[in-house]
Amino acid sequence: MSEKEPLFSAKNLRLFTDPFNAGNPITVLVLGICSALAVTVKLQPAIVMGLSVTVVTGFSSFIISLMRNTIPNRIRIIVQLVVVAALVILVDQLLKAYVYEVSKQLSVFVGLIITNCIIMGRIEAFALGNKPLPSLIDGFGNGAGYGMILVIVAFFRELLGSGTLFGIRIVPESFYVNAGGFYENNGMMVLPPAALILLGVIIWVHRSVNNKLLEK
Amino acid sequence: MNRDSNIYTLVYSAIMVIIVAALLAVASGALKTPQERNKEIEKKMNILTSVGKAIDANKADDKNTYVENEYEKYIVEAFLININGEKTEGDAFNVDLKAELKKPEKDRLLPVFVCSDNGSKQYIIPVRGAGLWGAIWGYISLKDDFSTVYGAVFDHAGETPGLGAEIADVSFQKRFANKKIYREGKFTSVGVVKSGSVTLDDYIVDGITGGTLTSKAVGKMLLDCLSNYTKFFDVQKQNK
Repeated sequence: MSEKEPLFSAKNLRLFTDPFNAGNPITVLVLGICSALAVTVKLQPAIVMGLSVTVVTGFSSFIISLMRNTIPNRIRIIVQLVVVAALVILVDQLLKAYVYEVSKQLSVFVGLIITNCIIMGRIEAFALGNKPLPSLIDGFGNGAGYGMILVIVAFFRELLGSGTLFGIRIVPESFYVNAGGFYENNGMMVLPPAALILLGVIIWVHRSVNNKLLEK
Repeated sequence: MNRDSNIYTLVYSAIMVIIVAALLAVASGALKTPQERNKEIEKKMNILTSVGKAIDANKADDKNTYVENEYEKYIVEAFLININGEKTEGDAFNVDLKAELKKPEKDRLLPVFVCSDNGSKQYIIPVRGAGLWGAIWGYISLKDDFSTVYGAVFDHAGETPGLGAEIADVSFQKRFANKKIYREGKFTSVGVVKSGSVTLDDYIVDGITGGTLTSKAVGKMLLDCLSNYTKFFDVQKQNK
């Protein structure tokens, strides 16, 4: 390439914004569903999970892109896994050291970021064939797109399932049947199937807003 | 360079693994202190919660210092006993209960924590067992008559949220207060049963709706763990 491309060129910006809409990893590519079901009961773990995945997708794409011309073909996937696993272990250790309560809630799901298809998907589809900076942006964009869906799902699940947001009570105590009111939390919202139903609704809304996504 | 050759692949993977291993070793070493402190604070917090102390921990500006101060203030003694109720040497705070419960009865080292507040004493006993999906554990505190429950706190590794996981909720733990673990002089522990199946009395706690299996597991855990202490209770009662 002869000319140097500016960091926030239209092309790079698109790499970041696309995953929020037409290229969203969860609602369009339907990747990374498993953790979206598991960590969205409350908002706080959902946000931490979104951030952790963003960090891992961003930096793993960046590192793999730096190494892309040296990686031996036959052990390509193994090299990618080692890089991703090392990053995930680092994130896990940091969470355990500085946000212990949250790391307890996320429990095994931090470790399972390694198997999150979004990360391997972006490395294979993008980082292996692009320069480090665009790869970093692409990784951050996809991680954030994933995190956004997690937060939307967690918002509804925490509000309807526990009557709280970030652990702060939204539905007043006096509304509840126990306290002589009329209201009861939706017990299904705290179970994984509710996340699947909400995801379905989000995909439906997303597709009806963005016509390009409709399959003929 | 030929990226498909065996030598290249071998050397590449060897170097990569060494770099990653070194990196992770450094990170783990550097983060060990805060991680272990978190675990210690959590344990102290659980011990205090079982006797109804440290309730303002989440409001405190510096939670860690607050918990440590409260622990220093109220937990006056921590010691290990054997199955015959005799005090033995050892570090009660750091003993691994999971490992101790796997040993044969006569080799077990069992921790007891003593809380003292304005002259009244409570004895805190750690408990551990198997829930529906993973380990469950907690602390139960007894009044100084060694037969009345003062308070309890439970936690779990992976019970179903909203159902079995409710054992970690205060509303469930509160039900244990003032229950008896001795019925007419005989050790019975506290049973946890499905509400409606039997009349609740001083020896039975109402289980969690929809969390029957976890509730039963809590009952079993209490029976299994507290029965290790019966001789200790007998000795203490005689000495009174």
